[in-house]
Amino acid sequence: MKTLFDKIWDKHVVKSIAEDVDVVFIDQHFIHEVTSPQAFNGLREKGVKVFRPERTLATADHNVPTINQHLPIKDQESFHQVESLTKNCKEFGVELFGIGHENQGIVHVIGPDLGKTQPGMTIVCGDSHTSTHGAFGAIAFGIGTSQVEQVLASQCLVLNKPQTMKIEVNGVLNVGVTAKDVVLYIISKLGTEGGTGFFVEYVGNVFADMSMEERMTVCNMSIEMGARGGMVGIDEKTINYVQSRVDLSEKKIEEWKALNTDKGAEYNKVVTFNAANIYPMVTVGTAPDTGIKIGEKVDESTFITEKAKKYMGFDGADNINQQEIDYVFIGSCTNGRIEDLRSAAEIIKGHKKADKVEAWVVPGSMKVRQEAIEEGLDKVFIDAGFEFREPGCSACLAMNDDKIPAGAICVSTSNRNFEGRQGEGAKTLLASPITAAASALTGRVTDPTKYLQN
Amino acid sequence: MKLSSKAIPLNIENIDTDQLIPAQFLKLTTKKGYGKNLFYNWRYIEDYEPNLKFELNNPLRKGAQVIIGGNNFGCGSSREHAAWAISDYGISVVITSQFADIHKGNLYNNNVLPIEVKSEELTILMTYFLENPEAIIDIDLENQTIKVEGFEFNSTFEIAPFKKKCLMEGVDEIQYLINMKEEIAEFELNNY
Repeated sequence: MKTLFDKIWDKHVVKSIAEDVDVVFIDQHFIHEVTSPQAFNGLREKGVKVFRPERTLATADHNVPTINQHLPIKDQESFHQVESLTKNCKEFGVELFGIGHENQGIVHVIGPDLGKTQPGMTIVCGDSHTSTHGAFGAIAFGIGTSQVEQVLASQCLVLNKPQTMKIEVNGVLNVGVTAKDVVLYIISKLGTEGGTGFFVEYVGNVFADMSMEERMTVCNMSIEMGARGGMVGIDEKTINYVQSRVDLSEKKIEEWKALNTDKGAEYNKVVTFNAANIYPMVTVGTAPDTGIKIGEKVDESTFITEKAKKYMGFDGADNINQQEIDYVFIGSCTNGRIEDLRSAAEIIKGHKKADKVEAWVVPGSMKVRQEAIEEGLDKVFIDAGFEFREPGCSACLAMNDDKIPAGAICVSTSNRNFEGRQGEGAKTLLASPITAAASALTGRVTDPTKYLQN
Repeated sequence: MKLSSKAIPLNIENIDTDQLIPAQFLKLTTKKGYGKNLFYNWRYIEDYEPNLKFELNNPLRKGAQVIIGGNNFGCGSSREHAAWAISDYGISVVITSQFADIHKGNLYNNNVLPIEVKSEELTILMTYFLENPEAIIDIDLENQTIKVEGFEFNSTFEIAPFKKKCLMEGVDEIQYLINMKEEIAEFELNNY
């Protein structure tokens, strides 16, 4: 009796070199412009080629501007970094979806959408949110640049086998609770190191009932509890999603189904939550584990620190529901997919944003942007006073020009609220796309529930 | 590896990689030049004017090669730039009670030794080094020991034998993998 994780891991071990240290074969490698240039330099210094170029796919996402992408990038360092990726991909024979390409977008949005991400795979990228791809029943995790070089050179990694953790959530979710709220709730209970050393499998009807995009949102934030990655079992939804993008044989589908965790298989750790206890969440501190129910006081967060309260300018007795805000950011590898944009547009339709709020919608990819335009979502956002931008990582980490000014408060659908994450001195409140949308309308942190009942 | 050095105690939990090296400094295409921006937001007031309240800037700790950090050190992103910044600054050892997984691996891959001690031990070390800025810590990789000179602190640490071998013998994981190419090709043939 084995878990999904163990079955996939064992199938990919090329060689065991010590107790719990394996050489593991990597099926799919994604790269972007920030964490790959030093790896290519390393190959050049060693005179080594990319071992299996067809197993690596590149895109430019972190540095790209979200306005006027047809013009050269103004920031010289960003320009140079994106140029380096183009040059490296050409020299080493790696496929690249660069700025302006119809398949360009955030690496964790395009991988699944192009059918590159498939069940049973081992998937890595020099980016911690690679855990996103675990939604397909794959072992997917972030790596450092030295490891990017290893994968380029050998299609393998030397890895310590992590332990397994089952996170089970059953029951009926409350109105207004999205996948983002579910994962923020889990992190608010486990802490940012609750998953360190573990690979998580999300189990229970709550995850089974989710769409593939919702599962991606959950798996995406596994790293925020310290876990190496997170995964969801393979079902009809998984297969349908992949099948609508690539041709699959019956044999392949049967193989995938057999990978699911056997009944009675044991995990190293098990935690269980009740769906009924989860409400729309917002973080109040400078770590993703500081989520509280909208309507609770800051001090009700288990993991809030004095340092964080000082940085955020919050008094512990403040009710977050009254908190005035300056910016709203809807996008990122966590919540930049078409369903996220649809759900935000649904709230916004027929309303105007609060005057003082600046609101940006940044689609996760060119394809998501195109779909949104075809569905008329761009008009909904623009009519409400939002900016509808071009795709990229944008204000999630503020490597491009999309920075939140010092002192400003941003309700953001991204994944990290670290000090200065969205710009030096910026204050980030993590929330779902519908909470972000509702908050943009009122200018305060707002529970989206009342907008859903209208 | 044997090291006797001053240490920089940073009594902050969950030091994330955005603090180790903020995103605006990730735009280089080399592995050098990150040291001056290590802890940029905490270390400088503005325009590289040192914040003297931050322990890294304590002149008595000049030359320290060891950081003692709060629990869950290096959480957040996978950016190896954080490890490059630590190494480029001149740090050889980071001690905490638990590292975030990816950052720990990145430190190893840049010949910086990540040491995990019990939380009680971390509290003792943190307190002692905060009070004694010129104290010296002795670290011995071969025997896996930590001592503090002139203070009753004597402990051991765990390290995976493979990682120890890599650090001690200067074995590079990438060279190891490149040498395995035939085995890897055979694995592919049998499994795909």
